[in-house]
Amino acid sequence: MNGMSTVVKTVARWVIGFILLVGLWLVAYGHLSPGGGFPGGVVIASGFILLVLAHGGRSADRVFPRPVARVLDSVGALSFLFLALLGLWVGGEFFRNTIQKGSPGRLHEVFNAGIIPFANLAIAVKVSMSFVVAFGVIAACRLRAGGAFESEEED
Amino acid sequence: MADLNLLPLAVAIPLAAAFLVPLVPKKSRALANAIALLASVGLAAVVLYLLGRSGSYAVGGWKAPVGIELRLDGLSWLMLAVVAGVSLCIVLYATRYMDHYTARGKFYALFFLMIAGMCGVVITGDLFNMYVFLEIAAIASYALVAFGCEAEELEASFKYAVLGSIASSFVLLALALLYGRFGTVNLTQLAGKIGSASEGAKPLITFAKVLLFVGFGLKAALVPFHAWLPDAHPSAPAPVSAMLSGLLIKTIGVYALVRLAFTVFGLTAGDKVSVALMTLAALSILAGNVLALAQWDFKRLLAYSSIAQIGYVVLGIGLATPLGVAAGLFHLVNHSVFKSLLFLNAGAVEQATGTRRLDEMGGLRERMPVTGATSMVASMSIAGVPPFSGFFSKLLVIVACVQATSVGPIRYVFALVAVVGSVITLAYLLKVQRHGFFGKLRDKWRDVREAPFMMSSAMVLLAVACLALSLLWLPGVRELILDPARKVLVP
Amino acid sequence: MVYCLIILLFAVGLYGVVSQRNVIKVVISLVIMEHALNLLLVVLGYGKGGAAPIRVPGESPAALASRAVDPFPQAMVLTAIVIGLGVTVLMVAIALRLYQRYGTYDIAEMRRLRG
Repeated sequence: MNGMSTVVKTVARWVIGFILLVGLWLVAYGHLSPGGGFPGGVVIASGFILLVLAHGGRSADRVFPRPVARVLDSVGALSFLFLALLGLWVGGEFFRNTIQKGSPGRLHEVFNAGIIPFANLAIAVKVSMSFVVAFGVIAACRLRAGGAFESEEED
Repeated sequence: MADLNLLPLAVAIPLAAAFLVPLVPKKSRALANAIALLASVGLAAVVLYLLGRSGSYAVGGWKAPVGIELRLDGLSWLMLAVVAGVSLCIVLYATRYMDHYTARGKFYALFFLMIAGMCGVVITGDLFNMYVFLEIAAIASYALVAFGCEAEELEASFKYAVLGSIASSFVLLALALLYGRFGTVNLTQLAGKIGSASEGAKPLITFAKVLLFVGFGLKAALVPFHAWLPDAHPSAPAPVSAMLSGLLIKTIGVYALVRLAFTVFGLTAGDKVSVALMTLAALSILAGNVLALAQWDFKRLLAYSSIAQIGYVVLGIGLATPLGVAAGLFHLVNHSVFKSLLFLNAGAVEQATGTRRLDEMGGLRERMPVTGATSMVASMSIAGVPPFSGFFSKLLVIVACVQATSVGPIRYVFALVAVVGSVITLAYLLKVQRHGFFGKLRDKWRDVREAPFMMSSAMVLLAVACLALSLLWLPGVRELILDPARKVLVP
Repeated sequence: MVYCLIILLFAVGLYGVVSQRNVIKVVISLVIMEHALNLLLVVLGYGKGGAAPIRVPGESPAALASRAVDPFPQAMVLTAIVIGLGVTVLMVAIALRLYQRYGTYDIAEMRRLRG
């Protein structure tokens, strides 16, 4: 899949940085203000989609190679599950906030919400990598009506 | 509640498997199979451990309505047991069947996501949580139906996905309306608030009821919402078809419908919703069976049969009498087992002969004895031949129908439909047996071989269950398993 | 007022799903329906004053509850949006492969399954 014109490519290069930053902010402050892993991950993924649209599938593949994204995808989900099970193991209840200092904890501080920021991070990794993979597959396919499915990947 | 700590594992184990398997390199088939089997066995072990327990579990220590509440009671346990047991056999089968497909890791990932979603639906006590798990299972199933990427599979999957998404959005709409009016999505609290709702809220409640009815009715493939099923179930790979027909339509369709109807909206015998449910059930029985009779594609015939059998289940449960509900649940358990078995048989036959058309098969019993024998067991069970389990459950549904005086004279019509349906079921199953397995062995099938060991052992396990489940109605066993489930709905 | 918009969006989406022949348009109509529902959920949480549910240091929970909107629908909507996104991605992927197999985006032409 080819990219677009130079104007689009240049502007996209500037904008993607901001998009990723907004996404990361949503993830990092998810426990203090609206946001969290889900929308943060989606915003990061939309940064990737912009990359694919503006620069073409091949460039995007170089930035986020598909096999790496697939592995990160599973790792993100498994770490979320691990956090939840940690709650079960240590705290006696599934998903209990095991590192939380005091209850309801000192609010407004980035580091006191226990496992929530880590959970947010895991979810953001999972969500963004899922869409990287999904969109990468869609971008890699070359359509030809009635013909065999051509794609640049090996499986 | 310390002893319920294992409850979330029912969702966590399949979820872990779903994300572990894709990490395994493509070459180590054995490792992928091993993880899958381990997860299924683990799930079954957890469910066995939970036998007889009940209670509610606040996830993360946050009590409802702030937190998500998981509820284990007789009904949830029964559904969990069915899911765990049948999926174990299907995974066993799939370890060998999926040799023909290239993306095994992705298959297991989607498969276990579907299982996790189904388990989540049956143990949650929160309507929004139910919606989330419903969607997890549904989306995984849309992808699984399209798995082989043939033209028909894609077409069927797209139709299924569109209709399923509409159904889910109806559910979400009902959820939004109920939350907006009552301020909670927790099932028990909703039940309380709806029970004591003022007259002004009644139109909203009725509208929400209708939406949920349509939404879950579509997931359960009740006529007239069944249009997606005859296309989706045959097109999927055999383990997926077994999963869909045997488990998915029951957990996210019938269970959700029933749980909401009884627990949240307070269904009682003889009221309008009950009669509406039974009417649709009767229509399903008729339409499903009649259309099945006309089919020559093995799996399509089975798909229409599923529609009919779900009709029996809903007919029984819709009666809202103790006997009716128990009978309906019994038939639900039975159908999971024998329909899955039949689909696995169809898959084995398709792999061996390359066709699903009954008019091209013939005399396969000689070359595929295990498949033939197990399909005979399953067929007799569905048709309602004693001493197989299907006989008891169908008979009980019919008896319960006749005994339900609160429904009025229309109950005789329903009972008659059920009996006629049984006869037609026997007819088309005999057709399957005659054309597929008995008769003269055609020359082109002379070299056909029996299904590999894993696949045949899975089929044998299910066939044994067909017989063993007849015991479920025995007084001792019934108290342990069926009655707690029934008591949840009709005390 | 917003409720009228929601009903309109939902109706448009539903009509589109039922009547459109182009596969991509069907997917877009479904997305419109989902947007309508998400909007409904958010609007339901709207309270007096409409402040975001973020606590100012030193404020008591009761005071926060009385001036802020309900945060639960917001959480529900986040989840619902991502679910909708997942379904959309899947259906688009299926639509692309459908084009490959049938050579057309027209669902009226895709009638290989019968009965």
